[in-house]
Amino acid sequence: MSAPRRHVPVPTAETAPFWEGCRAGELRVQRCRACGAAQFYPRALCAPCGSRELAWERGTGRGTLRSWSIVRRGVNAAYDADGPYVLVLVELEEGPTLMSTLVGVRVGPALDAAEGVAIGAPVEVAFEAWQEGATVPRFRLVRRPEA
Amino acid sequence: MSRARGTVAIVGIADTPVGVVPRPGATGLCIDAILGALADAGLPKDAVDGLVTLNPTAEPYTYHAEAIAESLGLAPSWCWSTLTGGSSAIGALQQAVHAIDAGACEVVVIAMADSLRSGLTREAAVAMQASTGHPQFERPYGAPVVAHYALIARAHMHEYGTTPEQFAAVAVATRAHAARNPAAQMRTPIAVDDVLASRPIADPLKLLDCSLVSDGGAALVLTSAVRARDLRRPPVYFLGAGAAVGHEHVSQARSLTTSAAVESGRRAYAAAGAGPREIDFAQLYDCFTPVVLIELEDLGFCAKGEAGAFVAAGHTAPGGRLPVNTHGGLLSHAHSGHPSTLFAITETVRQLRGECGERQLARAELALVHGQGGVLSSHATAIFGRAPR
Ligand SMILES: [Zn+2]
Repeated sequence: MSAPRRHVPVPTAETAPFWEGCRAGELRVQRCRACGAAQFYPRALCAPCGSRELAWERGTGRGTLRSWSIVRRGVNAAYDADGPYVLVLVELEEGPTLMSTLVGVRVGPALDAAEGVAIGAPVEVAFEAWQEGATVPRFRLVRRPEA
Repeated sequence: MSRARGTVAIVGIADTPVGVVPRPGATGLCIDAILGALADAGLPKDAVDGLVTLNPTAEPYTYHAEAIAESLGLAPSWCWSTLTGGSSAIGALQQAVHAIDAGACEVVVIAMADSLRSGLTREAAVAMQASTGHPQFERPYGAPVVAHYALIARAHMHEYGTTPEQFAAVAVATRAHAARNPAAQMRTPIAVDDVLASRPIADPLKLLDCSLVSDGGAALVLTSAVRARDLRRPPVYFLGAGAAVGHEHVSQARSLTTSAAVESGRRAYAAAGAGPREIDFAQLYDCFTPVVLIELEDLGFCAKGEAGAFVAAGHTAPGGRLPVNTHGGLLSHAHSGHPSTLFAITETVRQLRGECGERQLARAELALVHGQGGVLSSHATAIFGRAPR
C-alpha cells in the first residue's frame, strides 16, 4: 500500500467557487439575495427559503469555537505526523458553522490539555496548501491582548 | 398513523453469537439469523414473502436482500435492503408494518449481520474508518466518528454542566446489565474510575466511553396479529413508531445538544398512545456514552440537562426505575455496525416474553427502542407491548 495521505476535497459545481476562494486567500460564504441568510457549506439553493438567487461574498474569516475535541489518532497516519490535534466547530461571524482543525496549539498527553482552547474562544482562518492543488481552511486562536 | 395499534406482532427472533466470530462471515451470519428466527416462530422458510436486509461492510452485495433471498431459495413479493445507520432496524420495521397492514405481504423477515471484527479487508477497514463526515467539508480533517461525537459531548458539558463522571456512569450501568447476559461480549463489571482512567480517544471521550467492534447479526419475523395468535411464541405487539432527521453532518446540526429524537419520540408516543412515564424499560442507542444522556432527555425520560444526574443515581442500571439496555447495548453486548439495533429489539422481545432468566425485569409490559444513525442524524423510535393496546 502507498503511504497514507490526507483526504483532499474534490470540488463540485456548487462548491468550486468556495475552493477557488481558498486558493485566493478568501473564506467565501453564500448570501441569499431573497432572504439575506448566509450559508455554508455551499449548495444549489438557500436551504431556509428555497431561493436559487445566491451570491458569493468574502467572509471575514473570523469566528468563535462552538465545540472542540483533541483527536488522539486521526483516520490515517498522515493526520498524526504532528501528534494529537484539535478538531473544532467554528461559528463564523456571518452565522454558519464549519468544521476545521486548529494550527499553532500545543496539545499535551493529559485529558483536554490544549492551551487556550475553549468554547467561545475567538479564531481566525489560516489557509494551508495541501497536495493536489488543494487549499484547506484551518484556524488559529486569536490571542486577546491582556486587559 | 393513529388508526390501528398492535395490528402486527414479532413472532420469531434470533441472535447469532456476537463478539469475535470469525466464521461463517457476514453472509452466513445473516442466513443463520434468518433460519434461527424462523425456527423460533415455527414457520418454514417458504412462508416468508417479505425480506429486508442491510448491506454489510464485510461481504457486500450490489443487491443484498435479493442475494440473501437467492441464497435461501426464497421468492419474496417485497424485498429490499436499507441503510440509515443505527436507525436502520427500526425504520425497516416501521415499513414492514405498513406493508403487512396494506396486504403487500404476510410474513416479513428483517435480518442484518456484519463482521466488523473479523471480516474486513484492510482496505475496507481503512475506508470505513475514513467514511465519517462531509466528503469536502469534514473528511479532509481526518477525524474518526468518535471525534464527531466528542464535539457533542463537549457541548453538552458546556451547556448543562454534564461531567465526564456522568458519561462514565452510562458505561458502568450498561456493563452491569451485560454482566447478567451470558451472550454479551464484555461482562466484567467496571467502575466510574475505570472509565476515567481508560485511554483518551477523542477528548473528553475515553476508550470505555466507546462502543465495541463486533461480529454478529440478528433477525426478526413479523406477521399480522391475527396470524400471530396461531403461532408457537407469545406475540410481542408493535404499537407505534416515529422517525425524524435533523441533519446529516455534525457541522450542520441545528443544536449539538438536542437531537431529532425529540420529534421521532413524539411521533412514536402519539402512534402508540403512550408516554415516557408508562414505559417500563428502554433500549437506547449507545454508540458513545453521551448519546444515551441526550436520548434520555430528548425522549422525555428526563428534563434537558438532567440525564447525567439520573444515570449517576443508578436509575438506568439493573433494578433502577428505568432499566436501559438490558442486554448490555453497543457498549458491552455487541456493536456490529448498522445491524446492532436489531439486538435491542430481540432483547426487548425476550424481556416482554419473560425469557430473560437472571436479568428478567420484574415489570415488562411496555418498552421503547431508539436507534440513531450518522452523528445524531437519522432517528427512529418504536414502542412494543405484551398486549395490543
Ligand atoms: Zn434565502
